[in-house]
Amino acid sequence: MQELKTLIWKEIALEWRQRYAVSGMLLYVGSTIFVCYLSFKVNQNDLTPIVWNTLFWIIMLFTAVNAIAKSFAQERLGRLLYYYSIASPRAIIVSKIIYNSLLMLVLAGIGFGFYVFVMGNPVDDLGLYIISIILGSLGFASVLTMVAGIASKAENSATLMAVLSFPIILPMLLMVMKLAKNALDGLDRSVSLDEIGILLAIDAIVIALSYMLFPYLWRS
Amino acid sequence: MKKAWWKVLTVVILAYVIFQGLLGTVPRQPILNETIRNLYFHVTMWFAMITVLLVSMVFAIRYLRSNSAIDDDKSAAFAKVGVMFGILGCVTGSLWANFTWGDPWPNDPKLNSAAVGMLIYFAYLLLRSSFEDEQRRARISAVYNIFAFFVFMPLIFVLPRLTDSLHPGNGGNPGFSSIDLDGQMRMVFYPAVIGWTLLGTWIASIRYRLKVIQRTQEERVAELPVGQRSTVNG
Repeated sequence: MQELKTLIWKEIALEWRQRYAVSGMLLYVGSTIFVCYLSFKVNQNDLTPIVWNTLFWIIMLFTAVNAIAKSFAQERLGRLLYYYSIASPRAIIVSKIIYNSLLMLVLAGIGFGFYVFVMGNPVDDLGLYIISIILGSLGFASVLTMVAGIASKAENSATLMAVLSFPIILPMLLMVMKLAKNALDGLDRSVSLDEIGILLAIDAIVIALSYMLFPYLWRS
Repeated sequence: MKKAWWKVLTVVILAYVIFQGLLGTVPRQPILNETIRNLYFHVTMWFAMITVLLVSMVFAIRYLRSNSAIDDDKSAAFAKVGVMFGILGCVTGSLWANFTWGDPWPNDPKLNSAAVGMLIYFAYLLLRSSFEDEQRRARISAVYNIFAFFVFMPLIFVLPRLTDSLHPGNGGNPGFSSIDLDGQMRMVFYPAVIGWTLLGTWIASIRYRLKVIQRTQEERVAELPVGQRSTVNG
């Protein structure tokens, strides 16, 4: 537990020291949203709730892939060897997943705020929409952390990251989008319980698999 | 020759399936008409694909435990056969859909899930090809293989059942068992599943044996003095 706390703290400290990475990501979200806003501005009033929702999640998907891809790539080989000698691989993957979830929550939260600010807010059930953002961020972070670990071992990791993660993340993305659509339409919350259950189940599978498989990945 | 009995069995079963599938009597159904025969090919190929991919995943787990290159070769060979069956399943399904649903690629959750599943395994093949070092490739693709399999399963078994699908057995459509009351189609259907799976195993075994031969050849060449290598290779 102590090990975990230290590792998470290390990630945060590292991020704080190289602030350009986080501010880069924030700027990425901001400018993507602004580009979308200006592009849709051309034929105004055409943004149906479905498009609004889909666009938001696509932006989140790309943000997540970009933000998390660097979680293994940024560490230098020597430093990785150092971690290898002092920490257990399971603690490392869990700490990375927790840290990336926090990062995604921050990015998604700020992104959502800005998105609502420029694109308007058609959401009926804001509470449920926020739940869907939280679940989505956690899910994206847990899937992508493992995939980033796999991709960082290969040579052309940037392409590989996208190719490996998109199909794997798709079931989760579809579920989140459905849940978010329910929230958007203000459907009764009992309707969405199914989606929440499935999202949690996929999250659980992915985290359990990462926990079991990462030691093998780490060793190479 | 003693070990070849299952290959003979494969040929016999598949000959029976193709013969019965194309000529045997089938129940008359509206819309489906004669295309119901595709049940012996399309559905059974998906069954075979899932079995083969499961075997591939099991060998990936075995590789992580044993670290022997043969397990990795087997895992890769089975995954490739799985992709082959997946493509065949898509093609046969697309033919069938063209006649019964009027569109070679209707916007159906099961079809889309299957396509995404294929993308996952294409990514697996890409991942395999992007490593130089064999040990590293084996370990990392084994990890991805296991990961992919467990994501693939909810994708084709759970998600399509939640939404309306054109496929039988989903979204309130009756399954095929309700059409086939006299069990006549089952007499061909189950052998077909076994037959395609055996064929897949056969192809995979040839592939990984080729791989083993190639490896021993390479090792033999590597042991030769430098001057003689070119003659052996050429």
